[in-house]
Amino acid sequence: MAYKNLTVLVVDDFATMRRIVRKILRDLQFQEIIEAENGLEALKMLKSNKVDLVVSDWNMPEMTGLELLKQVRADDQLKHLPFLMVTAEAQKENIVEAVQARVSNYVVKPFTPATLEEKIAKIIPN
Amino acid sequence: MDVRIINPFLAAAIHVLKTMAEIDAKPGKPFLKKDDIAVGDVSAIIGITGEAKGSMALIFDEPCIMEIASNLMGEVFTTMNNEIRDAVGELTNMICGDARRRLAEEGFVLQAGIPTIVGGKSHTISHVADGPRLAVPFETSQGTFMVEVAFGR
Repeated sequence: MAYKNLTVLVVDDFATMRRIVRKILRDLQFQEIIEAENGLEALKMLKSNKVDLVVSDWNMPEMTGLELLKQVRADDQLKHLPFLMVTAEAQKENIVEAVQARVSNYVVKPFTPATLEEKIAKIIPN
Repeated sequence: MDVRIINPFLAAAIHVLKTMAEIDAKPGKPFLKKDDIAVGDVSAIIGITGEAKGSMALIFDEPCIMEIASNLMGEVFTTMNNEIRDAVGELTNMICGDARRRLAEEGFVLQAGIPTIVGGKSHTISHVADGPRLAVPFETSQGTFMVEVAFGR
């Protein structure tokens, strides 16, 4: 599966996870992969870049992934942006909270490349 | 402290390393730890709140974390650097998160903070709670690591 014309924003405070996700996205042939270390930085990048997909962690300093999601959904320009939460927060209440905030899909850490690929395919038909 | 609380953390350590790094981790015999000295080269500790207050720490020896980080990120690491320390932090996040999910299934809801990473020979790990510290050593093909869990009395 290839996503040749698409730009993805990866948001995680840990460089390790950004690296793992970036490698999987590169294998899926996304045209451009940009990165942010927290929600606040991501929001600024979303204002200045044309992004087709956000892959975001939940627990981050400055601004969490959930707050980022809420801000994205409240923005007229960004509200339809596909938003994938990749997080260790796997308890039911967390998933309900993310769904209520209109997350596009949810990946629980740990995950395999196949799982991430499958979730992306569900929100961005190729 | 109910010693059964450590089981989800052990299962999580095995599951996370297998899923993310394709590494088989073999647990040894759990024991009660009495000092703050970390037997390893790099560690991370994460605070836990909610229905119990405590912390979980992961302590790796250098060969073990080099193998894990290399598999995790798909490139070979041979020296201790910030990328390795970052990987220890992310592993701590994932293992603690997976353990909390397992505990939540049994009705025990916990939250976690952001991990703190510590390095160097004979460094110390200061758990938040004053209760007993349960430690479980693990072996991988290249080295060893330890999972420590401490909750308040």
